Amino acid sequence: MSLLIKNAVIVNADQIYQRPQDILVEEGMIAKIAPSLSVGTTVIDVKGKLVMPGLIDMHVHLREPGREDKETIETGSRAAAKGGFTTVLCMPNTTPVIDNAMIVEAILKEARRIGLTNVIPVGAITKGQNGEQLTDMFELRQAGCLALSDDGKTVANSRLMRLAMEYAKMVGLLLIEHCQEPVLWGRGVMNEGDNSTLLGLKGDPGISETVIVARDIELANYLNSRIHMAHMSLKRSVELIRFAKSQGIQVTAEACPHHFTLTDEAVKTFDTNAKVNPPLRTQTDVEAIKQALKDGTIDCIVTDHAPHTQEEKELDFDHAPYGMIGLETAVGLTITELVIPGILSWAQMVEKMSTAPARIVGLANKGVIREGADADMTIIDPEKVWKVRKEDFFSKSKNSPFIGRTLKGAVVTTIYNGRVVYAISPGVV
Amino acid sequence: MAEWTHKDLLDVQNLKREEIELVLETAKSFREVSARDVKKVPALRGKTVVMLFSENSTRTRTSFELAAKRLSADTINISANSSSIAKGETVLDTARNLEAMNIDAIVIRHPSSGVPDVLARHLKASIINAGDGCRAHPTQALLDLFTIKEKLGRIAGLNVGIVGDILHSRVARSNIWALTRLGARVTVSGPATLMPIGIERLGAYVSYDMDEIVRESDILMLLRLQMERQEDKFLPSIREYAKQFGVNRERLKQAKKDILIMHPGPTNRGVELSAEVADGEYSVILDQVTNGVAVRMAVLYLLLGAKK
Repeated sequence: MSLLIKNAVIVNADQIYQRPQDILVEEGMIAKIAPSLSVGTTVIDVKGKLVMPGLIDMHVHLREPGREDKETIETGSRAAAKGGFTTVLCMPNTTPVIDNAMIVEAILKEARRIGLTNVIPVGAITKGQNGEQLTDMFELRQAGCLALSDDGKTVANSRLMRLAMEYAKMVGLLLIEHCQEPVLWGRGVMNEGDNSTLLGLKGDPGISETVIVARDIELANYLNSRIHMAHMSLKRSVELIRFAKSQGIQVTAEACPHHFTLTDEAVKTFDTNAKVNPPLRTQTDVEAIKQALKDGTIDCIVTDHAPHTQEEKELDFDHAPYGMIGLETAVGLTITELVIPGILSWAQMVEKMSTAPARIVGLANKGVIREGADADMTIIDPEKVWKVRKEDFFSKSKNSPFIGRTLKGAVVTTIYNGRVVYAISPGVV
Repeated sequence: MAEWTHKDLLDVQNLKREEIELVLETAKSFREVSARDVKKVPALRGKTVVMLFSENSTRTRTSFELAAKRLSADTINISANSSSIAKGETVLDTARNLEAMNIDAIVIRHPSSGVPDVLARHLKASIINAGDGCRAHPTQALLDLFTIKEKLGRIAGLNVGIVGDILHSRVARSNIWALTRLGARVTVSGPATLMPIGIERLGAYVSYDMDEIVRESDILMLLRLQMERQEDKFLPSIREYAKQFGVNRERLKQAKKDILIMHPGPTNRGVELSAEVADGEYSVILDQVTNGVAVRMAVLYLLLGAKK
């Protein structure tokens, strides 16, 4: 069983092939890349399309176990494949929390049964995400975790975070911090600023994020440890990270499409689909996030895909849950908002959405198209113009503020582990 | 005179100057109805108005209910305890069910900002905001305008001081919109910890010099200080608040001779104002309550009656 991809314009983070290549895939691996190949049982011609290493989303919520009414590993995997993601890291704020080997193994088993995307569970930093006691990190690593996070919550206790960094470094796990000092945050429902005053909604002051960014930079510096900052939303956070990197501190960071496309103006209609944590900020912050992606201060783009049911999102703004889905719109938004305006090159897009995540998480055979690498590939039609429609989402939930938006650039085929796991219906192409 | 074109009353922010004046003019004619022996006109006969109150309120709910009844509308009360979220039903769902029973208007009070807007978007019935979260209380602002105009004959050019917990006050926000739109100059004051970021963008000035505000204001609007704010650590103490921002007879000695003291109620006597000021010659607090009925009659009439 082999697959031949013909006329591929291969885009790697460090190089774009000048001439289209043929890619031969055998047994889940890229067997050969050459200008003209003629073997293979299945042949797909991708003339005019870009072929990227399979995209990697370091930050999704698959909701299983516990909230299968919002999303399951199966529906989330389908959404990931449609969005071009061949690897996703799923966050541990499930019920029960992913804080022991049994749950990690159960998720991996279910994900393999489905086989549409590579699911890597992120374990919790503290048991039950309660911020009190460290998880059994060695055991989590053995079970298959590559990273830990208490996502949804900050590890507020600074001493405990210090211990977590020391222990995770020893075990060889990445720590991902959800940066939001809980007392300063005070369960604000939108960005604190002119618009929260106007709307009479409780604001989250950006300092809730930046004090934790600053604290963790100091911890990482002191302990010579790594830290990865989740979903950065502010200009000030970017400045702190840029400074830390200039000092050689081992900090990496991610940003979400909604934080480089939307501002808190989107909340003005009380649209709960625009309620997200960290909240949508200001135009100044949006520009800073874009600049930080361009200059490398922010290493990668993640979705923070957070499915919620329609019933929950129909609650009032104070009570509706935080979060929006993102797997199926990330590529379109990144191309439309960053690549077409010239903020990122195609190669940089690959860096942000595949190569950097692979490097940060430690996936040696992913994030690049080369002979011997895993056969995960995302094929993109850079010219395709499409409209985000509620009825087209594969995700079980439809909570997207981008419904109705027209985007340019779309995933047409996703290849995971040497197999086509998603292909846009031929009639639509 | 302006035409009334709105289906709903959500905030004064989206009312034009002429539309505000139309409400005030209409209220003037309805004020007289409440002074009659038979306090009823048939303007809204056959209309059904639902009071959906998910937050405690005596004054506003009674005022709206009287307003609707004096216009001959049928009214129904639904209060927080008997409805919605506790049972897992969203407000929108509750409202959809009410609309299915062919009601004409929903007067809604809700602790979360924006709920009236969401209902207005989804329903054909008229939605009247009777206070949502910290965001808007349009009929309170309109009745305040009515009272000022009645007492002083004008609004343009007046200095209005609004003092208290501005951060959590929907009355302050709606009054800033309403007063500035009609040409008044609004200065807000209160503890810095209860002053929201960017309040100047709404058109207000900020000052912490209470004596200066007392000296320069034509109208002082004092807001109720919620005792919980001290527990939330916004304030060192209620005593300190009363000392710095409270209005008593002594402090009023420096005020203009025809200053109006207003308060949306209920008052905390001894905190934001002393009893003698609340009951004194400058106070128009009870006139506000009286005018509230007339203004709400005007709003109900413009939304439900005038169009046919």
